[in-house]
Amino acid sequence: MLQDKDRIFTNLYGLHDWRLPAARSRGAWDGTAKLLERGHDEIAEVIKESGLRGRGGAGFPTGLKWTFMPKEVGERPHYLVVNADESEPGTCKDRDIMRHDPHILIEGCLVASFAMRAHTCYIYLRGEFIRERERLQAAVDEAYEAGLIGKNAAGSGWDFDLYLHHGAGAYICGEETALLESLEGKKGQPRLKPPFPANVGLYGCPTTVNNVESIAVTPTILRRGADWFAGLGRPNNTGTKVFCISGHVNNPCNVEEEMGIPLKELIEKHAGGVRGGWDNLKAVIPGGSSVPMIPKEICDTVLMDFDSLRDVQSGLGTAAVIVMDKSTDLIKAIARLAYFYKHESCGQCTPCREGTGWMWRVLERMVRGEAQVEEIDMLYEVTKQVEGHTICALGDAAAWPIQGLIRHFRHEIEERIGAVPAVAAE
Amino acid sequence: MSARRLAKEQPTEFSFSAENLEIAKQQIAKYPEGRQASAVIPLLWIAQRQGDGWLSEPAMRCVADMLGMAYIRVYEIATFYTMFNLSPVGKHLVQVCTTTPCWLRGSDDVVNACKKHIHEKPHTVSEDGTFSWMEVECLGACVNAPMVQVGDDFFEDLDGPKMEALLSDLRAGKNPEPGPQNERHSSEPMGGATTLLDKEIYAAQGEN
Repeated sequence: MLQDKDRIFTNLYGLHDWRLPAARSRGAWDGTAKLLERGHDEIAEVIKESGLRGRGGAGFPTGLKWTFMPKEVGERPHYLVVNADESEPGTCKDRDIMRHDPHILIEGCLVASFAMRAHTCYIYLRGEFIRERERLQAAVDEAYEAGLIGKNAAGSGWDFDLYLHHGAGAYICGEETALLESLEGKKGQPRLKPPFPANVGLYGCPTTVNNVESIAVTPTILRRGADWFAGLGRPNNTGTKVFCISGHVNNPCNVEEEMGIPLKELIEKHAGGVRGGWDNLKAVIPGGSSVPMIPKEICDTVLMDFDSLRDVQSGLGTAAVIVMDKSTDLIKAIARLAYFYKHESCGQCTPCREGTGWMWRVLERMVRGEAQVEEIDMLYEVTKQVEGHTICALGDAAAWPIQGLIRHFRHEIEERIGAVPAVAAE
Repeated sequence: MSARRLAKEQPTEFSFSAENLEIAKQQIAKYPEGRQASAVIPLLWIAQRQGDGWLSEPAMRCVADMLGMAYIRVYEIATFYTMFNLSPVGKHLVQVCTTTPCWLRGSDDVVNACKKHIHEKPHTVSEDGTFSWMEVECLGACVNAPMVQVGDDFFEDLDGPKMEALLSDLRAGKNPEPGPQNERHSSEPMGGATTLLDKEIYAAQGEN
C-alpha cells in the first residue's frame, strides 16, 4: 500500500485549508523558479522518464506528448489547455483536486506551460462545477497576488497567464478537439486528426491538452525526481493514481493509491468492501463508463493499471471503479449508459448519431425481455460497426460497455428473453 | 443528441444589467484580440442567470451582437449545450443525476421524491413557482451518489427521505447546507479516511 509520504494530493478530502499559505506548508510552490531553471526540454525529459501516462482516460505518455510541441515559438503563440471537463460517469477526482488542492494544479499549469514554451494556459471546467470554479478562481487570484503567476511568474523570468473557462453541459467537450472547438466559441464537435493540436490547436496555434491530474502531479515529480515516480507501480504503469470507487461498496470514496494495486485490495482496504461481501460481487466497470465491464472471476486477481486491464479486454480509463453486486440488473445498468451516450453524441458522425440511439432502444427492449435471441448477435455486430468508424472515441465508448455485457453476461440476456413468451407475429 | 427548441413565448427584449455587463466584459478580456467568440458560453450563462434561470431568444441576440457573431451561431450554441434552459424553470431548478453510478445507489428514489413534491412531470414548474426538476447526465460526484444539483450547489449522499427533507427545507425558504447529507465531509470513506493519516506530512502546516 502506498505510504502517506508518497501521496501527492495531501488535501484530497479538503480536511485541511486549501488556501495558499497552507498549500505552501504542504509543499506546493516550493522552489518553483528552481524547477524552471532546468529548462524547457529538460522538464519534458524528466516527465518522460517518470513514465507518467495521461490520467484523463487514454493513457498516452504525458512527457512524450509535450515533446510534440514545436521547439521554437514562431509567429503563433503556444497554449496549454487543461481538460477539467470531468464528465465520464464514475469519475470525480479532478473535482477534488480543484476544490481541495487547487494550488498544486496551478503550479503544474506553470511548470507544464513553461516546458512547452506557452505563456498562456486555459483551464476548461465543466459548466456544472460552479463552486469548484469559484474555488479555483480564488486560488488563481491568490497566486497572481503572490506573484506566483503573471509577469515573471514565481521569479522565474517567465511571463505566464492562467484563465478559467467553462462549458455548459456537454460530455463530448472532454474530447480534446471538441474542447478546443468549444473554447473557440463553437459547438463541441470533434475535429479530424491530423492535424494534431500540437500543430494546429486553439486558434490554429500549437496547443497541448492535458487532464487535470496529469498536470497536477508534474511539480511533485520534478521535485522528487523521475526515479521516485517510476519506482511506484510497475514498468509502463508507474506512479500514483486517484481512484474513484462508486456503486455497491460499503464506503464509496476517492483515494490516491499506487498504480497496479489489486482491484480487490483497493475495494476492501479503502471502500469497506463490496456490499454483502466479496462473494456478492457480480461485475465491475474498472475505468469509467466507457470501458467494458469485467466479471467477478477477473476482479479476483486483476491489477489496476493500464496494461493489466487491457489484457482482460477492458481498460484503466479514468480509474473510476463502478462496483455492481449480485442484485444488479446488468442489462439495465448498461442500457442506462447507452442512453447516456445517445444523449451525449454530438451528432456529427452518422454511425454514432444513429447507432447510439439504435443500440439504446434495442437494449431497452432487452431489459424487458422483449427481443429475439438473434438480436444479441445483431447488437454486437452493430457495436462493431460503430466502433472505429467515427471521428472521435465517443463511438467506441458507446460500443465497448455493450460489448463487455455481451461478452461476459450473454446468458443473462438470453434468460431474460427466454422468460418472456415470444409474441406471435402480427 | 437531444432535440432542443426555443420556447414559443418569448420576452420582447433583453439587455445586460450594468453589473452583469461589467462581468461580461471581464470574460471577453480573457481571450486574444479577435477571438471574442470564445466568451459566448460564459456570456450566455450570465444572461441565463439574469433571466430567471432560462435563456430567451432576445438574450441570445444580445450576446451575438456583443460578440460580433451571427445569430444562428449563438442559437446553435444555446441548443447544443444542455445547461442552457430554453424555457422557464422554477426558482429552484433541481437536477437529478440518474446515470448508472447514481442509479446503482438509488437515484430512482430521489426522482420519486421530486415527482411527489414538485410535479409528476419533469421540466414543469410547480404550482407555487418554487421548483422544477429534471433528470441530467452524470454530474461528476459519483462517490457521493445519489446526488442532485440545486442551483449552484451539489447535495450528495441522498436517499428518498433525505431528498424529501431537502425539498421541504427549500420550500420553507431555508438554506440547507450543500455537500454530503450524511456525516461525511467530502469524498473520504464514510467513517473516516483510510489514508492521509500520517501527521508527519502536515508537520509544517501548523494550525491549519
